[in-house]
Amino acid sequence: MLTTIYACLFYVATVVLVVGFANRIRQFAMTPAPLKIPTMPAPTTKTGVAFRLFREVAFFESLFKANKWIWVFGWVFHMALAVVLIRHLRYFVHPVPEVLTLIQPFGVLASFAMVAGLGGLWARRFLVERIRYISRPSDHLMLALLMGIGLSGMMMKFVAHTDIVAVKAFFLGLMRFSLQPLPADPILLVHLTLVAVLMIVFPFSKLVHSAGVFFSPSRNQVDDSRERRHLAPWAAKLEADRAR
Amino acid sequence: MYIKTDPSEATQIDPLEMPALCPGAMAASTPWVASPDHQTSCGFPGELVDNWKEKAIEKMGELLTKYRSLKVYLDSCVKCGACTDKCHYFLGTGDPKNMPVARQDLLRKVYRRHFTLAGKWFPSLVGAEDLTEEVLNDWYSYFHQCSQCRRCSVFCPYGIDTAEISMAGREILDHIGKGQKYCNEIIGKVHTIGNNLGLRPNALRSTLEGLEEDIEDDTGVPVKLPLDQKGADILLVTPSADFFAEPHIDGLIGYAKVFHAAGASWTISSYASEAANFGMFIGSYENMRQISLRIRQAALDLGVKRIIFGECGHAWRVAYSFLNTLAGPFDFLDPRYPVPQHICEYTWDLIEQGKLQFDKSKNDHIRLTFHDSCNVARATRMGDKPGGQFEIPRAILRTVCNHYFDMPADTIKEATFCCGGGGGLLTDELMDLRKKGASPRMKALQTVQQEHGVTHMAAICAICKTQFSKVMPDHGFERDSILSVHQLVSNAIILEAPQDDD
Repeated sequence: MLTTIYACLFYVATVVLVVGFANRIRQFAMTPAPLKIPTMPAPTTKTGVAFRLFREVAFFESLFKANKWIWVFGWVFHMALAVVLIRHLRYFVHPVPEVLTLIQPFGVLASFAMVAGLGGLWARRFLVERIRYISRPSDHLMLALLMGIGLSGMMMKFVAHTDIVAVKAFFLGLMRFSLQPLPADPILLVHLTLVAVLMIVFPFSKLVHSAGVFFSPSRNQVDDSRERRHLAPWAAKLEADRAR
Repeated sequence: MYIKTDPSEATQIDPLEMPALCPGAMAASTPWVASPDHQTSCGFPGELVDNWKEKAIEKMGELLTKYRSLKVYLDSCVKCGACTDKCHYFLGTGDPKNMPVARQDLLRKVYRRHFTLAGKWFPSLVGAEDLTEEVLNDWYSYFHQCSQCRRCSVFCPYGIDTAEISMAGREILDHIGKGQKYCNEIIGKVHTIGNNLGLRPNALRSTLEGLEEDIEDDTGVPVKLPLDQKGADILLVTPSADFFAEPHIDGLIGYAKVFHAAGASWTISSYASEAANFGMFIGSYENMRQISLRIRQAALDLGVKRIIFGECGHAWRVAYSFLNTLAGPFDFLDPRYPVPQHICEYTWDLIEQGKLQFDKSKNDHIRLTFHDSCNVARATRMGDKPGGQFEIPRAILRTVCNHYFDMPADTIKEATFCCGGGGGLLTDELMDLRKKGASPRMKALQTVQQEHGVTHMAAICAICKTQFSKVMPDHGFERDSILSVHQLVSNAIILEAPQDDD
């Protein structure tokens, strides 16, 4: 019964995440950007823009310029989350490649960094008046969700081990459409439930910033407006209509 | 006259000083609403339409399909707070709705309510709200407390540009019949007469002739300011404030002297006698396009080979970033030159080629700094390298002036502050906002006044110049402490007197 419920939950969550997120990316991609609005100084080549976006995603360049506290908490959280996610790949592949085995200890360390980063970001929502003013309940809930995932995960590592071999069998089974029993371990169930909620909420929340950063015209446009004429389809149509 | 203070006595001035939050402090700051005449001249309904709620949501939906910026920016904000202390109007007023994210949220909360699942199902959870009269009043008030200077977009991890939001907000307001008088009246004048001032060709001609006489009296050199001269090589498009306001007009004299010294053939057009394009401020592609097309038409009619823009910040943004889109392609012009060029690019080219001679000592009574105009700094470029918009004006100033000092690094170049009057806010009824918004720049100026005895500040934007000459007296500076860049060029340039034929 439990196995069936969680199997369904993860199938649904995966479909919602993939379809919802793809749909959001499609919306971003299909909406034209009629004017050249890169925040200057901007790169004058596509390669330059790729570097700009890379610096933005890898180092949070603009945030670094803006505020060192938000930068340190935000950057540490995101990078740690990335390491933790990579570490979790071992529950989805068999056999486990050596690289994945090697990073396991780093993943464990990263969990502390991730929770610390989240804690810092959350504290700012209470302590800094300006950020308290702009925070809505969903902003707190999102942090609570991520914090819950991080802490429940760490509990399984450091406090009460779960039957990880069975968990892996469950997920490998899901991927092959063959249900394997999921251990009825409360902490594990909390962890998995929160992850599924996050997956479902992801495409409908501010977490779409993960796609937005790549589609932001002020960051992804090349500074070449004098050299190349940039014309959106609707603007071309407007031009043709007015010329008639 | 400025008296240099002993540095040890100098008080610590912080241009980035954080104000205490004062909710509602600026709620009453609203510009005058456009009259039906002004509205219809821009193609908008004359007054607030009966079904304004439906119309506003409908327009928002349309804009969401036409502008990727709007869609991505409304969806992507995570409320991290990076922008909260970056707006000069927030720093100057302490009103939390002048924090960029809070200003965006005025639109975002209605977007969420009507266009997102989360906002439809769980409005209070995600801060989604219906469009009410109160929200509408907030839109009108606070979207006219954004000068669209893009300072917030530099610091946002996703590059969210509040200018795009306030432009969309104003576009919606215009389409439900609640436009702003200052912008829409001016746009109407450009559509009918050709410039923001409503200056007709005859008046323009006599103004230019008067200037020619002044220059000749002053220098003994017959520097010309040609109008509507067919077959000229260069069309100069400059803000109409250059024809009458101080210190703008001294900049215009400077351009004329540079053209004269270079032996260039140039002309002003009475049909496109305006570089400014307030269509951008109200987010109207259509109005911006119509105004831009006048420049294309003037270039075709006069048969020029190049287009050069005078000193104006947002005009240079529309020119550099949008003109090719709105009124291009300009394949009928000389392909050896970028279209368009900035007067500073032109002057700097001549300086580099050694074609201009200067007597720098003519500016020795001036200890100078430079205000990077927001639109030039964060929305355009000069020259062929990123950052040329910072370096070229400074290079010109250092060529013509012996005493030049930059303001603190976090208040110039890409981090520059708006003058407080940009984005269609340069109107008297917003004077309180303008004065408060100018305070970060004024404080930055005071720091170099104390440290280096700076007496004057140069700018390359008509709005900046007008705004500063109004607000500087409040901060202990003479109103003529603001100068045009080409005014300093004009002071120092050496013109050869004509050979006497007799």
